[in-house]
Amino acid sequence: MGKRLFRWVDERLGTSHFARKAFDKIFPDHWSFMVGEIAMYCLVILIVTGVYLTFFFVPASGEVIYHGSYKALQGARMSAAYASSLDLSFEVRAGLVMRQMHHWAALVFLAAIVVHLCRVFFTGAFRRPREVNWIIGVTLLVMSMMNGFFGYSLLDDLLSGTGVRVGYSIALSIPVAGEWLAFLFFGGEFPNTEFITRFFVLHVLLLPALIVGLLGAHLAILWRQKHTQFKGRGRTEDNIEGSRLWPSYAAKSVGLFFIVTAVIAALGGLAQINPVWLYGPYDPAQASAATAGSQPDWYVGWLDGALRVMPGWEIRAFGHTIANPFFPGAVLPGLTFGVLYLWPFLERRFTKDRDPHNLLDRPRDAPVRTALGAATLSFYTILFIAGGNDVLSSVFRVAPESITNLFRVLIFVVPVLVFLVTRSACRSLARDHVHPFGGTVGSRVRRTPAGGYEAVDDDDPPPAEATRADLVAEAYRRPAPPAP
Amino acid sequence: MPAERRIAVLLLASTLAALGLAGVYIAGGQPQAEGALLGVALAGIGFALILWARGLSSEGAVVAERGPLGGTVEDEEAVEERVEEVTEEPGRRSVLRLFWAAGGALALSAVFPIRSLGPAPGNALLRTAWRPGSRLMDTDGRLVRVDTLQVGGTLTAFPQGAEKAGDSSVILIRLEEGQLQPRPGRESWSPRGYVAYSKICPHVGCPVGLYQADTHELLCPCHQSTFDVLDGARPNFGPATRSLPQLPLAVDPQGFLIAQDDFDEPVGPGFWNRD
Ligand code: HEM
Ligand code: FES
Repeated sequence: MGKRLFRWVDERLGTSHFARKAFDKIFPDHWSFMVGEIAMYCLVILIVTGVYLTFFFVPASGEVIYHGSYKALQGARMSAAYASSLDLSFEVRAGLVMRQMHHWAALVFLAAIVVHLCRVFFTGAFRRPREVNWIIGVTLLVMSMMNGFFGYSLLDDLLSGTGVRVGYSIALSIPVAGEWLAFLFFGGEFPNTEFITRFFVLHVLLLPALIVGLLGAHLAILWRQKHTQFKGRGRTEDNIEGSRLWPSYAAKSVGLFFIVTAVIAALGGLAQINPVWLYGPYDPAQASAATAGSQPDWYVGWLDGALRVMPGWEIRAFGHTIANPFFPGAVLPGLTFGVLYLWPFLERRFTKDRDPHNLLDRPRDAPVRTALGAATLSFYTILFIAGGNDVLSSVFRVAPESITNLFRVLIFVVPVLVFLVTRSACRSLARDHVHPFGGTVGSRVRRTPAGGYEAVDDDDPPPAEATRADLVAEAYRRPAPPAP
Repeated sequence: MPAERRIAVLLLASTLAALGLAGVYIAGGQPQAEGALLGVALAGIGFALILWARGLSSEGAVVAERGPLGGTVEDEEAVEERVEEVTEEPGRRSVLRLFWAAGGALALSAVFPIRSLGPAPGNALLRTAWRPGSRLMDTDGRLVRVDTLQVGGTLTAFPQGAEKAGDSSVILIRLEEGQLQPRPGRESWSPRGYVAYSKICPHVGCPVGLYQADTHELLCPCHQSTFDVLDGARPNFGPATRSLPQLPLAVDPQGFLIAQDDFDEPVGPGFWNRD
């Protein structure tokens, strides 16, 4: 039956020719190549759960009175949107699991994208000929962050409404065009009745379509250019080593999909996320106990931290204001993503390296790049932690002022230290041929033609591109010496 | 255990979990059980696939040639030639320019509908719903009288009849008479120790709701800006750059608190056309 169907299709489309070639396509076996796949599978989960939520969610700001089964909000006035997300949580069977899976999948999706980006950055996989895929990848990151923000904002609870207000205020602070931009994008002065419907269209239609389209391009380019690979014996710029798509890689990857989904399902059932019923409906004049000490989703935490550590400065001249939130809220992300987009070209300008690269760097092979990357990560990590300054201040019983002032210093000092330490660590690792997590493996030995072993002294280092794994692999591969 | 046995056990567990999941749904649903069973059902298949994949092929690592990425020089030249045949001919170039112009004009005109997405800013950001004589109303819909608050008390108020106006909320505080150091021109704005400040934080607009009576400070919960209530709500610390706008208050003959007028400056976060 399957065979007849395949023949039927093939006679009309010639699929066998493509499939035959595709089955033999080689995929590298290194674990770090899996992270991008995790992101892709999270997107699948987001779409499936998101479509389900869309059947029940009401994207409208009109006021209703709640009569559902959640006692604490009985009789409360709220938007239809918020009421429908309460119904999704309490009335729709399986609705809460779907909602929580959707939210967890969003958190894991963005984490996987960021780790994937780090993998590409620290191994130099963005270099020629893969600049276009780097640019598409950064765009996917930006769009996914925005879509996460829009999704979070749809529910119109007290926390999300506060987040939308922050977004509106940042838009408002943009010089010259800010007022128009904010009014056109949000549909008028905040708070208003327009933005939920608008964000809904962006969240379930426009951005997912763009994300899926760009991901398609990302994968098509990957298919054409083939994967990069780490250096190793027998690996060159002109070949690729790994498993064939069929059957081992396909089975492993589908297995990964099931496992990722299993983890998200378990989280969605067992780990509460965004319990909107505790926050109450959005009310612009109210800061509930929940607003204090509450944190946004992790991937916008760095922006929240930046808003908090920014001192109370702004520019006022000639009857105009460039308001304070413009700098942490618009300039910082602009610079962040601007530098990310341009990185392949900036690096090329400094290294003068214009050659195509299919072989990856180990992070230590490029000490300055690795150190810059680590310093940048430390910068955003500190901003992220600074986003919890109120939590830290109540845990450690220190005035929020002192915590904020501390972060204002750390934000400059730590990245510099991280840069220096990482650079020298890379240099000494590269010199000593040590694996950072493996440690030294004692002295190296060599098999003698007679079949015995002898120690090799370290004045005779292995070829520069060989890793410890290669040496082990080589020991297995080398044909046994002829018996004497 | 041999791999086949393990795969069989995993798939069996998965099947049972899936049936259990259906059962839980039929029985009325229970989020924790649903998540856990779905997780087991999926993980069983996932791990079984990975075990299975190991046994599917014994060939180990395979090496393949990449082959060239770029086309040949002939290909490139051939394509360029075919394009230039059309574009480079003198007569056609001016036609092409007209195509570009028409396309550009069309694109430009297609931008205009964006204007429909929102109202013009106008003076929406400069004004609120407070009018001369507006009575103050609290969040429960009660009008605020001159004896509503004790010294040290606070409440959130709106202009009567505009309870939904998001930019008009104020935090009303009753101080000891004479405690406040009014700014020049504001001496008559705080009858009987009542002072009202806009509740919209000048940073990014969170409601400034936390009043610490001992230090006379208002705290914004979002990014911890603090404001000195006795000194015109001047920002003490944090990212806020401006004082909270003060609403000029008065008491009408019936003893209700009223606004003398709208705020004398825009409330909320800064923007380009704010001086
Ligand atoms: C890039 C992909 C996406 C991300 C990062 C994302 C993220 C989010 C987040 C964080 C929420 C808030 C969830 C909550 O706590 O309840 C949300 C809600 C929602 N999302 Fe998505 N989403 C994505 C794609 C989609 C798609 C493709 C659809 C539909 C086709 C969708 C439909 C919805 C709906 C209807 C809601 C509101 C329902 C509710 O939770 O009450 N999402 N999204
Ligand atoms: S909104 Fe008040 S400090 Fe940021």
